[in-house]
Amino acid sequence: MGSYIPTAKSERMEMLETMGMQSFDDLYADIPEELRCREGLKLPAGLSEMEVLRKMTAISEKNTRYSHIFRGAGAYYHYIPSIVKQVTSKEEFVTAYTPYQAEISQGILQSIFEYQTMICELTGMDVSNASVYDGATAAAEAVAMCRDRRRGTVVVSGSVDPKILSVVKTYCFGSGAPLIVLPEKDGKTDLRAWEKMDKKEVACLLIQSPNYFGLIEDGEAIAEAVHAAGAKLIASCNPISLALLETPGEYGADIAVGEGQPLGLPMGFGGPYLGFMASTKDLMRKLPGRIVGQTTDAAGNRAFVLTLQAREQHIRREKASSNICSNEALCAMTASVYLAAMGSRGLSNVAESCMANAHALLSELEEIGFVRKYEDEFFHEVVTICPCDAEVLSKELAKRGYLSGLPLGGREMLWCATEMNSAEEILALREEIKRILSCCDLSEKNERTGDCASREGEVMA
Amino acid sequence: MKLIFEMGAPGRGSELLPVCKTPYKSQKVAFRKKTLRLPEVSETELSRHYTELAKQTHGVNDGFYPLGSCTMKYNPKVNEEAAALPGFTQIHPLQDSSDVQGCLTVLSEMEKALCEITGMDACTLQPAAGAHGEFTGLLLMKAYHVSRGDIARKKIIVPDSAHGTNPASAAMAGFDVVNIASNEDGCVDLEALKRAVGEDTAGLMLTNPNTVGLFDPNIAEITRIVHEAGGLCYYDGANLNAIMGITRPGDMGFDVMHLNLHKTFSTPHGGGGPGSGPVACKEFLAEFLPGLRVISAKNRSGKGQMVSGKSGCKEDPAIRCENEVRGFRDELRMDEVLEECRASGAIGDVRSFCGNFLVIVRAYAYILTLGREGIPEAATGAVLNANYMMHGLKPYYRMAYDRTCMHEFVVTLEQEKHDRNVSALDIAKALLDHGIHPPTMYFPLIVHEALMIEPTETESRETLDAAIQIFAEVLKQSEEKPEEMHQYPQATPIGRPDEVSAARKPVVRYEF
Repeated sequence: MGSYIPTAKSERMEMLETMGMQSFDDLYADIPEELRCREGLKLPAGLSEMEVLRKMTAISEKNTRYSHIFRGAGAYYHYIPSIVKQVTSKEEFVTAYTPYQAEISQGILQSIFEYQTMICELTGMDVSNASVYDGATAAAEAVAMCRDRRRGTVVVSGSVDPKILSVVKTYCFGSGAPLIVLPEKDGKTDLRAWEKMDKKEVACLLIQSPNYFGLIEDGEAIAEAVHAAGAKLIASCNPISLALLETPGEYGADIAVGEGQPLGLPMGFGGPYLGFMASTKDLMRKLPGRIVGQTTDAAGNRAFVLTLQAREQHIRREKASSNICSNEALCAMTASVYLAAMGSRGLSNVAESCMANAHALLSELEEIGFVRKYEDEFFHEVVTICPCDAEVLSKELAKRGYLSGLPLGGREMLWCATEMNSAEEILALREEIKRILSCCDLSEKNERTGDCASREGEVMA
Repeated sequence: MKLIFEMGAPGRGSELLPVCKTPYKSQKVAFRKKTLRLPEVSETELSRHYTELAKQTHGVNDGFYPLGSCTMKYNPKVNEEAAALPGFTQIHPLQDSSDVQGCLTVLSEMEKALCEITGMDACTLQPAAGAHGEFTGLLLMKAYHVSRGDIARKKIIVPDSAHGTNPASAAMAGFDVVNIASNEDGCVDLEALKRAVGEDTAGLMLTNPNTVGLFDPNIAEITRIVHEAGGLCYYDGANLNAIMGITRPGDMGFDVMHLNLHKTFSTPHGGGGPGSGPVACKEFLAEFLPGLRVISAKNRSGKGQMVSGKSGCKEDPAIRCENEVRGFRDELRMDEVLEECRASGAIGDVRSFCGNFLVIVRAYAYILTLGREGIPEAATGAVLNANYMMHGLKPYYRMAYDRTCMHEFVVTLEQEKHDRNVSALDIAKALLDHGIHPPTMYFPLIVHEALMIEPTETESRETLDAAIQIFAEVLKQSEEKPEEMHQYPQATPIGRPDEVSAARKPVVRYEF
């Protein structure tokens, strides 16, 4: 109820009279009568705050919250330190606009400058922007950075997350860029197929490492092959993994992008997330979006400003490097608070725990008949061939409070473990799966699986 | 103040997690060689650092924020609480539809509410910001023309008063931009439009009320001219706050549009995001909408064709979404089963998953709060406050267009600049010392030395009166001591920064 207007209606009438108007309708004299929405909107009446919160709570309770999560595939379940939520709830940060007025926005500007530094440290790149919408749009924007008149074709490795590929495809539909998907081989980028391609017009190769199947790509070999062809390498990476694994900067990527959600952002059914983007110095002036730079004020104080704005839409209009305006500033701040709270040691510990737990998960699963689909080294995700239909297994686990790995079709499942999954939890998962396998007919999807839970009770009794 | 990297000492930090006892070791994995240099600070230092940064940040909660075109209205707290409910924050986006009926309810109800408010038929909530929505909407237009084999339509007409994102989005969507000059009222010049349209016209992008704060009375004629030439009309929803519940873009003749939930629907700007830029369109464009659409299970056409979309975005044979009975319901039907599907001609995805979901939750709470009466009341309040402030400033400032405005208005300091070298920038910077966030500067481009003022409906009469006084004093000050105007602000944490050297020799990260 109400519209957060501070003044009472009588006061508003007085304000109207001050301007010599008689009715609120006078304000809208320019709108032709036939376009007026006279009958009103077909929406329910407004609610009081208590009713709104009750309704929202009731709706939220229609969702199933899992306490045991073994699913990743682009959104990850990590511990979020208490300080992260507290700091990013500060009203100054929450309610500010883009920091165009540097003098009263040093807080936001400095936080972005610190974020940019942390992203450079993580990725091993020279320059970071202030964020884009998410990991997938970051990849799409990176592709646009690489294209020019001579080289316009975009190549995407088949081991890249299909959601990223889908977004890159959509952006390419916009720009008219030819897009080629390089089929994966054994779950990884197929460099032989790359060698065979005609690469005269290829602008870039987009890879992901760890890739969609969790495997760590051979960054150095790929970078060498890509650069030998005169193209640019874009690496999409998981920021947590970078505490441990060779960075895109080290293996020679030209642009590093990724989904920043693991850095302190809740899964939140998909957003808001954070796309990070960092590049070599050479590509700095092609980066899209905001960039914060350091300078001084007249008195010589250190100061931060939005810089290199000649790239941006409000200056260059149709010639801008991107149309991006709003980005994900508060999510970028969340990531910086997370990284500062964790510190180098803490983040390495998160990465080590993820990798160790995922390997522990795999060995437990292997003991009960699961088979690894790909043999190569992986970070915290792994594809297994299940002893039964993956969808059916997923549904059975869901009934028992476990969000399983993501079914990829047939008997394949993409599992994920993070620091949240303790050794005990992994053992408990194994035991649950064992029980499911022993009591249910899971050879294919059939009606009988629905009875599994009750029959299991009999077996156990 | 210090950077976080200049604080702390090696070995400091909090024990947030148990230590991994058995790290995975392998000769075959390429580990990072360079030491990772993240801050090593105690929680006390970290907490105080950000408190200090917060003190150097001006948000809507710190004071008046009449930033034109940005709709800096109050961000209600109940929306924050709704978005922090664990039943929303702890949901994995790839959970089965049956597990996320609450999330799908929010999406479905939001789509219906936004369709009703805009006069459109279908909606996607996937775009993450206004510019992202523009890009999405333009791709719908492109897909439509391509589907008809009408591939020569490559031009998007954009008035010279448009937001910078309009031409930038058109270029990203592969269109050529045709700028047309506005008439002397700041509105679309009908003759110029007639000359510009033709067989190569893909469409027109327009915001109405436009960027000078005026409602274009010829709007029906404008959309008719474009349609007759075979083009489509895109509505830039940045200025929707002026007219929601009063008139609808769908009724004005627009085919597709975006909304800025972070402007019109009160979700916070967060220092530059996250936002949310849903795209709404007429029925004939619905088949091209990106991402997964939410439908009622009973409306599913052909069971076997359902695309779950959850296991990625494979090239599945998609179904055509049957439109359900439209309209927002008073009572939520908790028993309804919702599913996700992909529209038949979908342009793909413009972002992962379903968009900035928790932002959408906030906007939904806002719509529930305002309801059918509150929405037009908010719009009217915004227009009232703008006109009241314009009326109060008229004795002092020159209005770029001196007539009843919508939610914002533009003043010009061209004369002051010419007479005594006092610019829009000087006035804006002087306002900083009075605790007011300055208006948008140097926009729209068609007004010289422009200051664009948008008070929003959530400011009280006292705030407006006080602001009028301050604006007047600053201008008086500029008459008396014009040369001093270049020295402001003086009461802020820093003075005017040297932007030129920042761009010439960019320092964009801390060097250890």
